[in-house]
Amino acid sequence: MSTASQPLTEGSERILTYAQALNEALREEMARDQSVVLLGEDIGEYGGIFTVTRGLLGEFGRERVFDTPISEGAIVGSAIGLALTGYRPVVEIMFVDFVFVASDQLFNHAAKARYISGGQRTVPLVVRTQQGSGGGKGAQHSQCLEALFCHLPGWKVVAPSNAADAKGLLKSAIRDGNPIAFLEHKALYFQKWPVPTGNSTIPIGKARVVREGRDVTLIAYSKAVQLAASAAEQLAEEGVMAEVIDLRTLKPLDLHTILESVAKTKRVVLIHEAHRFVGLGAELAATIQEKAFHYLKGPVQRIAALDVPIPFNRTLEKIVLPSTGAIISAVHSSLGR
Amino acid sequence: MTIAADQEPDLVVLYRKMYQIRRVEERLEELFRASEIYGSLHLCIGQEATVTGACAALDREDYITATYRGHGATLAKGTSVQAVVAELFGKETGCCHGRGGSMLLTDLTVGNLGCSGIVAGGIPIAMGAALSARLSKNTRVALTFFGEGATNQGVFYESLNMAALWKLPCIFFCENNLYAEMTHISKEASVQRMADRGCACSVPGIVVDGNDVQAVYRTTAQAVARARAGQGPMIIEAMTYRLTGHMFGDSQVYRPKEEVESWRKRDPLLVARRKLEDRGTKAEIIDRIHQEVETEIEQAIAFARQSPEPKAEEVSEYVYC
Repeated sequence: MSTASQPLTEGSERILTYAQALNEALREEMARDQSVVLLGEDIGEYGGIFTVTRGLLGEFGRERVFDTPISEGAIVGSAIGLALTGYRPVVEIMFVDFVFVASDQLFNHAAKARYISGGQRTVPLVVRTQQGSGGGKGAQHSQCLEALFCHLPGWKVVAPSNAADAKGLLKSAIRDGNPIAFLEHKALYFQKWPVPTGNSTIPIGKARVVREGRDVTLIAYSKAVQLAASAAEQLAEEGVMAEVIDLRTLKPLDLHTILESVAKTKRVVLIHEAHRFVGLGAELAATIQEKAFHYLKGPVQRIAALDVPIPFNRTLEKIVLPSTGAIISAVHSSLGR
Repeated sequence: MTIAADQEPDLVVLYRKMYQIRRVEERLEELFRASEIYGSLHLCIGQEATVTGACAALDREDYITATYRGHGATLAKGTSVQAVVAELFGKETGCCHGRGGSMLLTDLTVGNLGCSGIVAGGIPIAMGAALSARLSKNTRVALTFFGEGATNQGVFYESLNMAALWKLPCIFFCENNLYAEMTHISKEASVQRMADRGCACSVPGIVVDGNDVQAVYRTTAQAVARARAGQGPMIIEAMTYRLTGHMFGDSQVYRPKEEVESWRKRDPLLVARRKLEDRGTKAEIIDRIHQEVETEIEQAIAFARQSPEPKAEEVSEYVYC
């Protein structure tokens, strides 16, 4: 992928797709650290089905980039073996839905390896995968499974909403040293954003205030940040100033940024594309009421996917997924309108 | 035990390790019965020759993964009795600071990447360690212990395929003790020989008498030499038998007493002892080994009893680095 077709100066910005930004992060980290190796299905010669690993096999060779069989359990298991013996594997699981195939290695092994060995083992493993609706991909290729990873001690969970964050967070994830679920969104890969050049990392565990406001806090991550931003835009037209927070990292949560905003706006709407029941919104709502109950002027609201498998039919899929309209309605209800 | 693969250890050395494992297991069973230790207990009594022979063919730097029946493998790879026993007591001085317990023993200082409580769970991890050895261009090998029941798990084939595809220095060591937990092999496997399952991925398999520690050593040493020479993985199927239940409290209604008795006659310690006697090893030498091992174990138990519990305020240590 020729992201750098013309020379650029350090610190300047270019317009890159989310996929190009991720590719750049991988290339930079692989050049910086020989122990970074990639494993995944169709990531080498094909360059990854979303082009994220394009060109890396040619650049770094077969000892750094491994096209694997379709064997998710052994892909993750072997990456754990590599991580325990001095490497920093970055695994691509083609669709998040396939993590169930690898779940023993992800959840019984990677997550617990350090704790149950009394700190002897560390697992510097990044599992890159993509989730969410791509429009008609159906129930086994459209899920959002962040709650699974968030639930189990041992994982850190990152879900970037734009190209610049994707790059900066992936670089931090590779350097982190813990198992990290790096959850990309399939609908974002070919959208474009300005991305700084150079060695800029974005810290894990820090949220970002995307838009400041005083009347209500909209908390989102991944692609849902776009829904929240668009709702905020429309609300502004009617004089409601919504603050939009992009969590960026789902575990560990940046409670400081969340609570500071809640203290200011006193109203919260949580937005995610994962199912509502026991989704991350439930955890956030519980935490906000525990820590900031006296600030709240009304119930914390949740906008999430309905609790049905993602249907194929276009109209039905749209009904299941969260929408800007639903966010605006929730804000209205929160304001007593 | 860290003996280079090309130097066959004397049978006395192998016997000593097997006796140590046997007595540790027997003492742990007593401590469990007396409720001094708790949780789960999966003993490898009767299977000492497999882990002892196999680990004797490895160097300290070589990697292993093992199973919840992993006390023997852990001791055979070189972890001290003290560190193992203290771990089963849940003490801070255990090899995993009391966070792992009986099923999850790990000791990176001797290349034990970890035992797993999940059947076949350690297999892909060893395969990854073998990939690591190949990438690092060192001569290490990775050996993964698993039972015959694990060969019915998908990840066994996934790992076998990847190890063969990439010619990794990985040894798939199947301890066939005839029972997957409580179910006889004839009711759970479509083949008689687990070594034959290598055919699926063109991985050579060899069957060995798993109660003959020297035979296990020699077979493993060949597989190790082959792996170090870059010739890829192998399956070793060691035929053995656990003389105690699947876990503490197992009623063992699923197997006839006569079967257990017939295997008791081929107890790996008896087999080795007979060989020692046949070659004229003096009884005093064997007695001294027994005494030294008993002392070592009793000191380890005393150490574990006196060791501190993990600190309550450190309960969240080690989740993240």
